[in-house]
Amino acid sequence: MFKWKTDEFSWVDFTIDVLRVLIVLAVVVGAWNTLSSGRITLAQWVNLFAAGLSQGSIYALIALGYTLVYGILLMINFAHGEVFMAGAFSTVFLAEALNRTGFLNDQPLLAILLMIMFAGLVSMTVAILLERVAYRPLRGSPRLVPLITAIGASFFLQYAFRGLYGSGFKAYPQVQILQGAISIGGINIPIVQIFVFCSALLLMLCLYWLVERTRIGKAMRAVSENKEVARLMGIDIDFVIMFTFGVGGFLAGSAGVINGVFRPQGVNFFMGFIPGIKAFTAAVLGGIGNIPGAMLGGLFLGVIEAIGPNLVLAGLGIPGANQLKDVIAFTMLVLVLIFRPQGILGERLSEKKA
Amino acid sequence: MALLEVNDIHTYYGNIHALKGVSFEVDAGEIIALIGSNGAGKTTTLRTISGLMAPREGSVSYDGEEISRTRADLLVSKGISMVPEGRGVFAKLTIEENLDMGAYVRRGGDLKDDLKDAYALFPRLEERRKQFAGTLSGGEQQMLAIARALMSKPRLLLLDEPSMGLAPVLVDGVFETVQRIASEGVTILLVEQNAHMALQIADRGYVLQSGEIAISDTAANLQQNETVQKTYLGID
Ligand SMILES: Nc1ncnc2c1ncn2[C@@H]1O[C@H](COP(=O)(O)OP(=O)(O)OP(=O)(O)O)[C@@H](O)[C@H]1O
Ligand SMILES: [Mg+2]
Repeated sequence: MFKWKTDEFSWVDFTIDVLRVLIVLAVVVGAWNTLSSGRITLAQWVNLFAAGLSQGSIYALIALGYTLVYGILLMINFAHGEVFMAGAFSTVFLAEALNRTGFLNDQPLLAILLMIMFAGLVSMTVAILLERVAYRPLRGSPRLVPLITAIGASFFLQYAFRGLYGSGFKAYPQVQILQGAISIGGINIPIVQIFVFCSALLLMLCLYWLVERTRIGKAMRAVSENKEVARLMGIDIDFVIMFTFGVGGFLAGSAGVINGVFRPQGVNFFMGFIPGIKAFTAAVLGGIGNIPGAMLGGLFLGVIEAIGPNLVLAGLGIPGANQLKDVIAFTMLVLVLIFRPQGILGERLSEKKA
Repeated sequence: MALLEVNDIHTYYGNIHALKGVSFEVDAGEIIALIGSNGAGKTTTLRTISGLMAPREGSVSYDGEEISRTRADLLVSKGISMVPEGRGVFAKLTIEENLDMGAYVRRGGDLKDDLKDAYALFPRLEERRKQFAGTLSGGEQQMLAIARALMSKPRLLLLDEPSMGLAPVLVDGVFETVQRIASEGVTILLVEQNAHMALQIADRGYVLQSGEIAISDTAANLQQNETVQKTYLGID
């Protein structure tokens, strides 16, 4: 590695410090302008926050897939966005069928549960096949190789699903019971947002239980720590790796359905790309390889995306601030990589994994 | 028939010829010491037996079955358990979770009694059962590594330098423990640089030199052997 540092002065450190100051300044000035102008009421802030949490919990579910796989293989599965798409896209047809028969609105919870299971299984299958066909043969090769393969697999999955279901956009049917809002302390919160947040939370609790309490969960942690010793315990590490991909896939598929309930529009073969990158950002934000980190990182990113443009960008007089959500997300990614590459909760990247 | 028969194995790391035709056998109920200096191939021998590495030539038979191409995780259920060099505890798992992992192959079995046995052998571990293994001292980690290896109820226990890096007071304890485990019917293959202690508890021993067995004899005779005394026991 290059050593830019000299004892007295380092241009890199200096530039980073200047950047730091500028960013803090921009955030403070922007926020101050917005808040003092009073353009946005407290109720509106709360609404933005709630919407951000819902969106963030979807990011979190997808981010867990990145982090689980990274934790065990030190590999970033860049085709994970497509794993999400596979479940979301496939299940739109099931949702339409359930809607036609009226089951979706007669038994909404049961129907959604069914959809989540279906999407979960589809995504799980795709993730497991991906591991088996694309990644396993490359295990032990230089890190760039599976990365390139992941990009290839990504395109393959996109066009395979385009071939399967066509290139048009589809939309999830509306679930009537989730329309409308409930008033909490005088502030209207859309029911669908509460539903999205709670179901994602429930899935994350299940994951937590799986990883912390079950035999296979302990084996996942053991394999992630030391594969050779894990084998000496009698653990079939190929199975554990496959299982890990499967769990990540299941969560991504269920996120696909929850996302479809939250934002029904825009289901097509390309739908995994942006959420994939956002969720990857969330995983890095939280500290990649760290499970609670991915959960927090997802929620954090969702909230920042919802609040940031209105609070900071609008305050700086940037027009159309709300359209700049994606910019916020990717700026966050860059900032985290510069200032805290290990993420919010992680310490590992710098330690041995970088 | 011996429990373990290692027959003329050649094991490589890439082009490095680490084992150049090693043969020996271990009978059921024995404690066998494998001694040798740094780089002699002791660890490689154990890794080959436990299935972490496959020999390019030669065979390993366990209980009459050829196992040199059998995966390590499958050998554990057949009764071979290994305490790796440097202990290899899972630092981010608790003590009890480490022990659970030791019993991984015994799915469905009742582990309560076995945990009790492990804690009876090493009471220190019980006090710390909910603690992360990474917070244990070196000696405690060694106890955990041994207790964990016993959780699979092995017939053959492979120990790779269990006394390494331990204070002299603890070293005696480790060898006493090994004897105790043997007295309960577990066959032991003990790799050690501490030849003095190893030969005191062993029935027979082999001296490994640059990937080959140089001397094999009973432990008592090895202790009297001039070469062994000079090279490994520090007696002139
Ligand atoms: N991962 C590896 N890659 C290449 N060569 C290796 C590797 N591990 C061991 N070797 C070589 O194989 C030979 C045997 O090593 P081994 O680890 O079996 O020795 P050892 O008897 O266990 O030594 P020690 O007492 O230091 O643990 C040595 O020459 C060593 O340099
Ligand atoms: Mg060694």
